[in-house]
Amino acid sequence: MLSNQEKMLIVQIWERLTPVAEEIGADALLRMFACFPGSKTYFSHLDISRGSPHLLSLGKKIVLALAEGSKDISQLTVTLAPLQIMHAYQLRIDPTNFKLLSHCMLVALSCHMRDDFTAVAHAAMDKYLSAFAAVLAEKYR
Amino acid sequence: MVHWTEKERTIITGIFSHMDYEDIGPKALSRCLIVYPWTQRHFSCFGNLYNAEAIMGNANVAAHGIKVLHGLDRGVKNMDNIVATYAELSILHSEKLHVDPDNFKLLSDCITIVVAAKMGHAFTGETQAAFQKFLAVVVSALGKQYH
Repeated sequence: MLSNQEKMLIVQIWERLTPVAEEIGADALLRMFACFPGSKTYFSHLDISRGSPHLLSLGKKIVLALAEGSKDISQLTVTLAPLQIMHAYQLRIDPTNFKLLSHCMLVALSCHMRDDFTAVAHAAMDKYLSAFAAVLAEKYR
Repeated sequence: MVHWTEKERTIITGIFSHMDYEDIGPKALSRCLIVYPWTQRHFSCFGNLYNAEAIMGNANVAAHGIKVLHGLDRGVKNMDNIVATYAELSILHSEKLHVDPDNFKLLSDCITIVVAAKMGHAFTGETQAAFQKFLAVVVSALGKQYH
């Protein structure tokens, strides 16, 4: 459950990070690959080393999707419909990995925003990422 | 027994040797109480936990945060014997405090994020992996004596 204040905070953070979407997204992914090596199994067809174009492009896509979703959280099911289908039928990434990436995204935000990533912002963002992940997994079964 | 590489040992002991317990401890515990409010169930005697400001200004929370963070020291000093090191604390948390072991993971995630904010980009993926591995081993040890 997100309050209006929390929704605003979330929008503000993603607006602030959209210009560095590549950097944040790639950082979060690299952290996930380092901490949870099982997550790498979904990317065996890509070059996911630091600085690789594949990694940067993937990181950017993820952050931009998060930013887009944040603009109207009540409409997540509509906004994410194409991504839902892709993850359910094509990518078939086990949804436990969404939690792992969410955690690494929070760490990436914390490293980037330092003291600006307050406890209240952290709480709001954690709730948003959980909701996003839940919607993403909705069409799995 | 957990296998630690030399690099991991260096990273972990390095983080704790530079740790500002008085800063990180309160921040980590208050963050846990704010981000995962159901964890407040164990702290009803701590006074005002009504909102984020109250939690962050609560002296009991701060003192307890420092205590809990120092609790990790014994793990750092006994990295090759973490299960035995935390056996007594595990029994305490299970039989006296009745804490759901899932809560240990929530707090350890908050510690990670607070340390990340402090270290900024020096908290690399490699550093995070080593630090999280250490916390995960401690969390597992704390849950070991539950039955």
